[in-house]
Amino acid sequence: MKKIRVALIGNPNVGKSQIFNNLTGGRAHVGNWPGKTVEKKEGTCTHKGVEMQIVDLPGTYSLTARSIDELIARNYIIEEKPDVVIDIVDASTLERNLYLTIQLLELGANVVVALNKWDVAKSLGYEINVEELSKLLGVPVIPTVATEKIGMEELKDAVLEAARRKDRGREEAIKYGKPYDEVISEIATILEKDKELASKYPVKWLAIKVLEADEEVTKIVNRSPVRSELELKLEEAKKVLGEDIETALAEKRYSIISDTIIPRVLKGARPLTLTDMLDKAFLSKYLGIPIFLALWWALFRFTFDVSAPFSRILGMLFSGLGQLVSARINEPQLASFIADGIFGGLGTVLSFFPPIFFLFIGLAVLEDSGYLARAAFVMDRLMVKLGLHGRSFIPMLIGFGCNVPAVMATRTIDREEDRILTILVNPLMSCSARLPVYILIGSAVLGSWAAAGTYSMYILGIVLAILMAKLFRAVIPYFKGKPSPLIMELPLYAVPAVKTTLIHAWERGSLFLKKAGTIILLVVILSWFLSNYPWEAVHQGEEFMISNSYIAQLGGLLEPYFRPLGFNWMAAVALFFGFLAKEAVVGTFATMLGVSEGEASQALASAGIFTPVTGFAFMAFTLVYTPCMATLGAIYRETNSWKWTVFTVVYELALAYLVALAIVTFGSLLGFA
Amino acid sequence: MVTEIPLSFLPENHEAVIIEVRGGYGLTRRLAELGFTSGARVKVLQSTPPGPMLVMVRGARIALGRGIAMKIIVKPVEGV
Repeated sequence: MKKIRVALIGNPNVGKSQIFNNLTGGRAHVGNWPGKTVEKKEGTCTHKGVEMQIVDLPGTYSLTARSIDELIARNYIIEEKPDVVIDIVDASTLERNLYLTIQLLELGANVVVALNKWDVAKSLGYEINVEELSKLLGVPVIPTVATEKIGMEELKDAVLEAARRKDRGREEAIKYGKPYDEVISEIATILEKDKELASKYPVKWLAIKVLEADEEVTKIVNRSPVRSELELKLEEAKKVLGEDIETALAEKRYSIISDTIIPRVLKGARPLTLTDMLDKAFLSKYLGIPIFLALWWALFRFTFDVSAPFSRILGMLFSGLGQLVSARINEPQLASFIADGIFGGLGTVLSFFPPIFFLFIGLAVLEDSGYLARAAFVMDRLMVKLGLHGRSFIPMLIGFGCNVPAVMATRTIDREEDRILTILVNPLMSCSARLPVYILIGSAVLGSWAAAGTYSMYILGIVLAILMAKLFRAVIPYFKGKPSPLIMELPLYAVPAVKTTLIHAWERGSLFLKKAGTIILLVVILSWFLSNYPWEAVHQGEEFMISNSYIAQLGGLLEPYFRPLGFNWMAAVALFFGFLAKEAVVGTFATMLGVSEGEASQALASAGIFTPVTGFAFMAFTLVYTPCMATLGAIYRETNSWKWTVFTVVYELALAYLVALAIVTFGSLLGFA
Repeated sequence: MVTEIPLSFLPENHEAVIIEVRGGYGLTRRLAELGFTSGARVKVLQSTPPGPMLVMVRGARIALGRGIAMKIIVKPVEGV
């Protein structure tokens, strides 16, 4: 059987993942591009006895060297030389989409155009002359409707046919007009003298990129023996063409499209569309924010309410299974290890799967419907003032439910600096797991101020997140400067495709299980060990004496550091377990006080562990200190960097300490002690 | 008399032709890729100062921050 390699490329929102799913049947291998946080999807498709290996390239408007996405896409096409590149073009935004097509032709790629959203273009009243478009571009053009799988067979046929012809170098079709064409061919002639260079890259493309002062290409040609000859020519060219040749060439590309192609290919006027009418409401000065908040609230309820029973069932299933298995094991240490270590750990990991799955269904629906881009539009002004990006708002709100899916939701922020900054401050949004801790401590020591104390934690989290975002922007060189300004396409509203949405959510969920799951499982096993050993000392008959365990010894060691905050060793141990999952703080106090979770509040009050001030400080500490390990797993997975993961732990620990110390200090100054 | 104004001053539902983009290299190029090149026609779909604005260019709806819209110099098309 023959094999060919096919790459998919297109602007954002053209329906690329739908075409990918249609071609591969939804079975994809998802990973990262080597050394990058950008996702790489690969799949296969067999058509008429030929196996196509399909790579999904990042969605992009252009092929410059300025963003990671664009660089990945173009390097793949240049270096891996796929047999065919399918360029997915949105028929309803033809003019803008053809810009990328022109660049692919410059690259000498063997292009097949999939003219997607054919139905949308028709409903807008556009008439597109496909034959003429194909003739002008010099490549096959296949109309498709990915949502209904229309045109897929024709597309596959065209890909096989193109692979057989092995057409390359059709960049001849593109003429920039005088004096550009002359200059480009003169530079290409110089570059051709370097045989090694000419065998590796399409020379005309190199010539264009040299003129555009493209960083990557300039580096490449600077190593060439023809460098000095080239520099002379470039000086000459700049006198004729001006300094900013890149912008000038972008204009030329667009004039090829709008003067030569569009008039001969596209007919039809544009009436007021549904999108324009919906935008009047969704982007309205007055209604925009209320609508956004209502939709967010719906997303939030959907994610956490719908997933909660599933999480509970999974948790129960695993603790039940653990008990079932351990009951058959006579060796108590092994039984405990299997029940609490392995099954407890698996249960913890899997209980995060439902909220992630449902969140990504909800987010995908918002994104595919076209609303998510509008949300960024509506929130942009506020978020920019806070030093964050318009798109940071949704992840921050999701953080009030759970920081794990919130961190994963930062993927909708396109610039890496803005995304990482949003991730770093996200754990300060008080997640639902912290609420039981506030209730426990609040009702134990704050009396009638318990509700106010709890509420103040949410405010404190928001204030700290804003302050930290500002501080990091000002202090850390990586985040220097303003958030990237808003330049964003708002796609037409559309009905999301169910299958694509489910596949997307499933991929996200299973990726989390694979990457973050391992870390979570290891930490659960470690903490099982620390709280159960030395075995003889901890397990005295039926009694579980956690005060004899390694973790209690650790708590004793830590106590001096917590003394300025007024926390004793028990508080230190509770915080340690809070690292597994913040709500574990409650259970740990109950275990150590020898009562059930329901009685913990009273027991805590009568044990006199906290004063109102130190109790309040403990609540604040629980809010701020290191994100739980599941969140850390997500942070590591999303930043692909130990540096940022460790940084989050360190800055949050330091911040928690400072905040708690400030509360205790001011509290005692004000005479509350 | 027709004068040249920043795009951000163009009222809703008005059309204009882009004269030039006065930004740094990076911004100018990014806007050029999206179709904001001199000679291109733009229409303001939504404008809520001081918030961002929504414009139609080359058949696509693009949201622009107010600061960016200040850097795009346009010549309004009369009688629209």
